Amino acid sequence: MTLVLEPIADPAAPLARRNPVAKLGAALLFSAPLIATLDPLTPALALAVELGVLPFFGVRYGVLARRAWPLTLAAAGILVTMVLFAADRTGAHLVAVGPFDITTGVVAGALGLVLRVFAVALPGIIVFATTDPTDLADALVQNAKAPARFAIGALAAFRLIPLLTEEWQMLSLARRARGIDAGRNPLAKLRLFTSTAFALLVGALRRGGRLATAMDARGFDSTTPRTYARRQHFTGADVALVVGAGVLGAAALTTSVLTGFFNPILG
Amino acid sequence: MAEVLLRDFGWRHAGRRSWAVRGVDLRIRHGERVLLLGPSGAGKSTLLAALAGLLPEDSGEAEGTVEIDGLDPRKARDGVGLLFQDPQTQLVMARSGDDVAFGLENRGVPAGEIWPRVSDALDRVGFPYPITRGTSALSGGEQQRLALAGVLALRPGLVLLDEPTANLDPAGGELIREAIARAHDRDSTLIVVEHRVAEALPLIDRVVVLAPGGGVAADGAPEVVFAGHGPSLAEQGVWVPGYPLPRHPAVAAPGDDLVRAHAAAFRHRLTEVSMTARGGEVLAVTGPNGAGKSTLALLLGGLLAPTAGRIEAFGEARPPHKWRAAHLTSRIGSVFQSPEHQFVTSRVADELALGPRRLGRSPAQVSATVDDLLARLRLTALAGANPHTLSGGEARRLSVATALATAPRLLVLDEPTFGQDRRTWIELVALLAALRDEGHGIVAVTHDEAFVTSLADRVHPLGVPAPPPLPRLRP
Repeated sequence: MTLVLEPIADPAAPLARRNPVAKLGAALLFSAPLIATLDPLTPALALAVELGVLPFFGVRYGVLARRAWPLTLAAAGILVTMVLFAADRTGAHLVAVGPFDITTGVVAGALGLVLRVFAVALPGIIVFATTDPTDLADALVQNAKAPARFAIGALAAFRLIPLLTEEWQMLSLARRARGIDAGRNPLAKLRLFTSTAFALLVGALRRGGRLATAMDARGFDSTTPRTYARRQHFTGADVALVVGAGVLGAAALTTSVLTGFFNPILG
Repeated sequence: MAEVLLRDFGWRHAGRRSWAVRGVDLRIRHGERVLLLGPSGAGKSTLLAALAGLLPEDSGEAEGTVEIDGLDPRKARDGVGLLFQDPQTQLVMARSGDDVAFGLENRGVPAGEIWPRVSDALDRVGFPYPITRGTSALSGGEQQRLALAGVLALRPGLVLLDEPTANLDPAGGELIREAIARAHDRDSTLIVVEHRVAEALPLIDRVVVLAPGGGVAADGAPEVVFAGHGPSLAEQGVWVPGYPLPRHPAVAAPGDDLVRAHAAAFRHRLTEVSMTARGGEVLAVTGPNGAGKSTLALLLGGLLAPTAGRIEAFGEARPPHKWRAAHLTSRIGSVFQSPEHQFVTSRVADELALGPRRLGRSPAQVSATVDDLLARLRLTALAGANPHTLSGGEARRLSVATALATAPRLLVLDEPTFGQDRRTWIELVALLAALRDEGHGIVAVTHDEAFVTSLADRVHPLGVPAPPPLPRLRP
């Protein structure tokens, strides 16, 4: 088990270089209208836009597919659930899977949901795939006026995450060395998992406490206003990215309203 | 510029009955370089925390006064830098340069001055990489060097070092001592806590010894202090140079083969090894960092499966990593480098009872084993204590005792003497020698040359030198 946290994009790509706060804002603005509707057209249009701008973020399609693969699991889950439990079985009958009648209504509903999952999740994936965590924390503090105590503190904690993998392995091996194993008993397995997880948590808290003390020893709790070693700028191009994302999101929604596909989630 | 003045200083942590440190009268002048000594529990780390202004008023009770240049240390923090033991938990940022800049940002140093000061601090400690180097890609010694650069970049008038090499292997320790020696300038005062005296001596010009019951036991030039107090310090566990260590050669020839590795390897971590561990013999596995010593210990201990080759143990058809855990503990006991990983209960006595209980021993047998081990490892007074509250030496003794509780023929230890004071070291080596003479096999992965000299009957060196570091490029 390894955690992939580093950006995977070409950092020189025109949109990857934008301010992290601008990218985050753009992603939120673009996905927000998608939440409003259940039709398949709006997310389909949004997905087309997202895949279209991908090269400008310096992310290759193959790399994205590898990063986004858990989404396909979610999509498969939705398909199965919809086929089994969809209440709306209107439309022309297509095929029967055992006792379940698959109709065009079922297919449209499932397709809409799957597209929505992809369309809503992709902007977030693109932002984190193209953003260095340090840059994000810097931009949050400098451009979004987030408290440094929170943003830099979270960043420092984030750095300790990969250590947990190693720690988990050591704790598991140490338990075996102490004569504790679960064999094939699922209940014992659960108990062992819980106790190892608890030990991991206790260790993480202890380590976090030491890190906090060390940070304060270097003046993190000082009342002097912080200065910034790495400057994050919010430029006209960043404004354009945010505005552009808002306009494109709204355009997708408008198209679906005008073409009569719009199916509001409320009412 | 920093002068430290303590008058009858004492500190008791909230909720504790005894004082962590008490009755300390001390004046340290500007530019002095002081080694602070004392047995474990004498309050060295608490004293450093007090000087660093890291003891909030509401976290305990103070006595007497402590001043840095006439100020309460909590108000003098901008002028004090503290380097901790563990490099992992003092690095904040993902990139080396950013980490050094972190303290400068906190102190509000103007942006234009930050990077020249980062570069200067990295040069002073001899950091060999570009500033963009990832902090997680550094070795322990390199990380500690970087942490020292982070402290020095703030140009503190008082530099405090709390056992800066305790978590490092010898090569890493050498790196950091070299960095301290080259980076320290006469403009700052230095206070070091370090129980390996020989290694700290080149860095210091004065020794202060805290007495276990409170107060200062000795104070003066190193040669004067060690001439007068050498034997008592050595007795208390301080590694005073010039005091010989006992040797324990084997009294009989090695016995039967217990565990054999046949061309065993582990992907990315250990290249092919063939070796045998025998009863009545201490086998030391040595080698540089990254050679896979700890991985080999896990393979021999039946905790990991080799990715190539095989491990054969006690003549059984199944390899040890496939044995049930309880069966494994009755044959092979493993002691990890960090004792805390192995503690699973909340009482010392329960830790010892766990193994025999899982082997299905009767309550009478279990309690006999527990009492015997408590006495043998001087833990009887701590039977009801929580294992996580033990001192380093106590925790090490307990982790060895837990492995012995199931009476395994083979004991596999990973850096058993690491970070131990002299007293625990001597006890541990004597215990292992006694076990060997009873016919137990002992495999110890170690960096400790004194341990090898004193106890090892055979040495198995593992190769693979680390690649040399890249030169640091100026940005």
